[in-house]
Amino acid sequence: MDDSSIDAAGALADPLRRGLYEYVVESGGEVGRAEAAEALGVQRTLAAHHLDRLVEAGLLETASKRLNGREGPGAGRPAKVYRRADRQVSLHLPPRDYELAAHVLAEAVERHGAEEALHAAARAEGLRIARESSAGSVEALLRERGYEPEADPEGEDGLRLRNCPFHTLARAFPPLACGLNLELLRGMLAGVGEDGERARMLPEPGRCCVTISKNKKD
Amino acid sequence: MSDPRHQLAQFNLGLLKAPLSDPSMEGFTSRIEPINVLAESAPGFVWRLIEEGKEDATGLRPFGEAHLVNYSVWEDVESLWDFTYRTDHLDLLRERRHWFDRMEGPSLVLWWIPSDSIPSVEEAGRRLDLLREHGPTPEAFTLRTHFPPPSTS
Repeated sequence: MDDSSIDAAGALADPLRRGLYEYVVESGGEVGRAEAAEALGVQRTLAAHHLDRLVEAGLLETASKRLNGREGPGAGRPAKVYRRADRQVSLHLPPRDYELAAHVLAEAVERHGAEEALHAAARAEGLRIARESSAGSVEALLRERGYEPEADPEGEDGLRLRNCPFHTLARAFPPLACGLNLELLRGMLAGVGEDGERARMLPEPGRCCVTISKNKKD
Repeated sequence: MSDPRHQLAQFNLGLLKAPLSDPSMEGFTSRIEPINVLAESAPGFVWRLIEEGKEDATGLRPFGEAHLVNYSVWEDVESLWDFTYRTDHLDLLRERRHWFDRMEGPSLVLWWIPSDSIPSVEEAGRRLDLLREHGPTPEAFTLRTHFPPPSTS
């Protein structure tokens, strides 16, 4: 348990700060102070104060950006914008280290060449999750599981997943963790009566390696 | 981080489950060409081993008939990582057990070479032996445990 994780969690105890954090996360990108203040219905200076507190706590990071799109001399000072920090905050009390256990298990699966068994177990787990959930829709279920789904900008009712729930494992063991994730999602889709094959690999930087394609294939 | 004086050599062996002409290998063989095209257009790609007069290295079997070799050079670890794990290549890796048997010990090795040099197949074998004997070191390492280029000062 480290002090910075406690500090980060503590920063979210304030309801307004938590609202600002969630607003930035849900935007999926960068948010300016004025926009955040307006969304939460508070003064800009108050929003700025709390946004900067979230930066200090390591939950958000800042960048400079010209929000009006103008460039060059006379374009004015760039505005400060906020986005979610890459850093991961974990807080387990009493101390638990499931991530270390996951890495050791992943190494063992790889050494043994047991990927097929892993995929089968992941699919079964996905089915179980979906059946026990009261989410009611694919999107709600994915949201419940932390995938942060958003409408696919290109495809009717396709979904893109903004967050990878297995990020650190997927960095260390990409084919294994992404294979597990794909089968888990296929199981979840099947469990809510959808075609599991709607989940497919589409690795891109900064998001989940799986995408949910539209409902019916033409 | 890119170092203009060094480039990253990548070598890996694949233990074939069946000859490439076998119908069970179709899922792999049909993707060789598109994946090679993808590699060549990937940021940071420098070189890949190709058999003279052919499109790829699948006909070269310097480590025995059962072993395919894959040999390439990249600008840095990040560019190789991004190609390997953040393109359609990832899906090929995910399914690799359909076509390749598990090998005892590591089958992929990385090491730094002076820029614009072409490494030899003998060198690749030596580096893989080093990795198998000592685990990841600055002389022979992996994508999971890698080392910065040697300092030339």
